[in-house]
Amino acid sequence: MALHLPQLPLEALLRGRALSEARGEPWAVIEGREVLACDAAARALGVRPGMALSAAWALAPRLRARPRDAGLEREALEAIAGWLCRFTPSVSLEPPQGVLAELRGSLRLFGGIGPLAAQLRAGLGEMGFTARLAAAPTARGAWWLALGSSEALLEERAQLERALAVLPVDALGCDPGSLALLADVGVACVGELMRLPRDGVARRFGQALLDALDQALGSAPEARACYRLPERFAARLELPAPVTQAESVLFAARRLLVQLEGFLAARHAGIRRFALRLRHRDARDGVIGIGLAAPAREAEHFTRLLRERLQAITLTEPVEAIALEAAALVPLPGASANLFRDARTEGEEWARLIERLEARLGGGTVQGLAVHPDHRPERASRRIAPLGGTQRAASAGPRPLWLLEPARRLREAGGAPQDGGPLELLAGPERIESGWWDGGEIARDYFIARSADAALLWVYRERGAAGGWYLHGIFA
Amino acid sequence: MAAPQTILEEILQRRAVWRGGALARPALPAVPSGFAVLDRELPGGGWPGGALTEVLCAREGVGELQLVLPALAALSASGRRIAWLAPPHLPYAPALAAAGVDLAQLAVVRAPGRRDALWAAEQVLRAGACHALLAWLRDARYAELRRLAVAAEAGPALVVLFRPEEAACESSPACLRIALEAAGEHLLARILKRRGALAAAPLRIPIDRPVHALGGASSPAAPARSPAARPCPV
Repeated sequence: MALHLPQLPLEALLRGRALSEARGEPWAVIEGREVLACDAAARALGVRPGMALSAAWALAPRLRARPRDAGLEREALEAIAGWLCRFTPSVSLEPPQGVLAELRGSLRLFGGIGPLAAQLRAGLGEMGFTARLAAAPTARGAWWLALGSSEALLEERAQLERALAVLPVDALGCDPGSLALLADVGVACVGELMRLPRDGVARRFGQALLDALDQALGSAPEARACYRLPERFAARLELPAPVTQAESVLFAARRLLVQLEGFLAARHAGIRRFALRLRHRDARDGVIGIGLAAPAREAEHFTRLLRERLQAITLTEPVEAIALEAAALVPLPGASANLFRDARTEGEEWARLIERLEARLGGGTVQGLAVHPDHRPERASRRIAPLGGTQRAASAGPRPLWLLEPARRLREAGGAPQDGGPLELLAGPERIESGWWDGGEIARDYFIARSADAALLWVYRERGAAGGWYLHGIFA
Repeated sequence: MAAPQTILEEILQRRAVWRGGALARPALPAVPSGFAVLDRELPGGGWPGGALTEVLCAREGVGELQLVLPALAALSASGRRIAWLAPPHLPYAPALAAAGVDLAQLAVVRAPGRRDALWAAEQVLRAGACHALLAWLRDARYAELRRLAVAAEAGPALVVLFRPEEAACESSPACLRIALEAAGEHLLARILKRRGALAAAPLRIPIDRPVHALGGASSPAAPARSPAARPCPV
C-alpha cells in the first residue's frame, strides 16, 4: 500500500487549524518565489500551485504565505508512519511526500483491502492529512500508482502490469532530463517504455530506471528500510493562527491523540498519564497533565478527559503550538483496539467514569469508603481512593448513617440540648474515651436523641471541664 | 433452542420493541426493597430500575436512608456498584458496613456546584457501570430531571433522588414518588405517584430504629403524627 500526500507541505503547517478557522484567511506554502501548495480559500480566489508569489498576492491580497518547512514535513511523515505501524510492522518512508506499508499480512484482520483503505483514509483525515492511496503487489508499483493518482487497489500481479502500462511516464519520478528524452522518443506512458528494448533503455536512461521498472513489476526484489517506532511518544503541532478558545486547542490536540492511539496500538501498550504542553509567545509554557485510573489507549477517551480539563481552565495567553508527550508505556493486552472496542467490561467503564468525573470536578472528588478500627467515631470511617476498600469488622454500638464533619455545637437550655426545640434523649449514654496517645483525645458520652420533629440524632456531651452538647450524626 | 415464547419475552424484557398498546414499558427487573409492606405496593415488586425514584421528607433523620439500605446491601453483595452523589453529610462507613453494605462497591462523588452535580448524575447514568445512584440535587428543575430520567432509561440503575418535602408540590418526571414521615419506630410512607393505580393508604414500614439500643433511659414511643393531608398536586 502506498500513500502519497500531495498536500503535505500545506497540511504539515495547517493541520492544527479547526474547520471554523479554515474559512478565514487564505494560506499558501511557497518555495522560492513560487506557490507550492495552497488551501481551498486561496484556490477559491484563483491562486494555483506553480504560480509566482507576486501573481498570487495580486489575486489574494490577504494571502498568508509561509516558506516550506522541510523539518515539519519530515515530522508529519514520521507521524503517519508511526500511526501506520498499528496495521503492520513493515512501514517505510518515501520522502518527501510518501509512505509505504506492507499490508498483505493484515488484510484478513482488517476485513480486506477496501475496508482497510477506508479505515486508513478516515484515520489520516482525523490526523489532518489527505492521501492518495494505491495498493499493489509490489511496493514500487503501488507508489507509482499513487504518484500517477490512480487510486487503484490491486491484489494481482497481472492487474498491476495493465495498470502500470497506462500510467504517464512522469509518474515514475525520474529526473527532468530523462523525461524530456522520453518525450523526444515519443514515449508517453509506462507501457510504451516497457516495450522498448532493454539494452537501449539501459544505455540511454541508466540501469537505475530499468531496475526500478523490474522492481515495480515484481521481477526483481526491492530492499526497503523499515521505519522504527521511537521508544516514547512526543509530537508537536503548530497552530497557524494563535488561539485562545479551548475548543480550538482541543481540536488540534485531537489530531495528536489519534496519532498517539496508533502509536500505542502498534506497541500493544497503554498509558497511565499524558501531558499536553501549550506554548505561548509571551508567557511560560502551560502544562496540562492527565492521569488515568487504568491504562488506556483510545483517542476518544483521552479527548473526553482533555475536554473536561480544558473547559475548567481559562486561556489567558494565545496558544501558538501544542505538544503531546507520553512516556511510561504499560503493556495492554488485547490484539487490536478496533477489534475489541465493544467488548468492554463494566469494571473498565467504571474506571473511565471515575476519570471523567475527576477530570471535571477535580482530583479526589470521587472517593470510596472504608471502616477503620478506631473507637473515635470521626476516625472510624475513612475516605479512600475509589475502586479499593476492604471490609473490616463493624463497631459495636448503633451508629448513624450520616456523620457530621465537624460535629455541630448545640444550644443548651436547662442542661438539656436543643435543636429547634428540646431534644429527648432516648438511649445512652455510650461512653467513648480514646486517643490520648496521639493527641486526638476524646472523652464523650453519646446519646440517641429525638428532635421535636421526630428525627433521630446522635449527640454527645463533652466530658471534662469544657462540657457542652454536640450533634455528631443523624440516623437517616 | 429456547421456545419462541421465551425468546419473545426476552426481546420485550430488553425493551428492544415498543408496543403501541402498552401504557407503560415492560419494566426492568425491580430491586426488592427488603420491606414486604412496601414491595407489595410497588409495581414490579421493588424499586424500579432504569427510572427515577423520589424520596421526599421534611427533614433528614426520619429513616430515609434506612428505606433503601436493604436494597443497597443486596446490590453490593452481588458486586453491583453504588454511587452517592453530593450527599449532605459523610456516609458513615461503620453504619453502612453494619447494615451489610459492601463498602468496596461504593463511591462518593462530591460535586459542589448545582450544575456539576447534574452533569455528574448524567455521566454516572450514561456510563452504565453503576446499579444504584443516590443523589441529593439542589433545586433541580423539571427539565433537568427530565434529562436525568432519559439518561436513567439507558441503564439498569436504580436512581433515588432525595428531595425536600416541598418538592412534592412540583410535578416531576420520576416514576415513583414517596413522601416519608417518622412515626415512632416506624416509617410512614405515602406513595404519591407510581406506575399504575394510585395507592390508597399510607404504609407503616418497620425500619430498624435504635431507640432502645443502648439500654439506657428509654422513653415511651412518641405519639405517631397523623399523615397530614397536604393540598398538593402530585
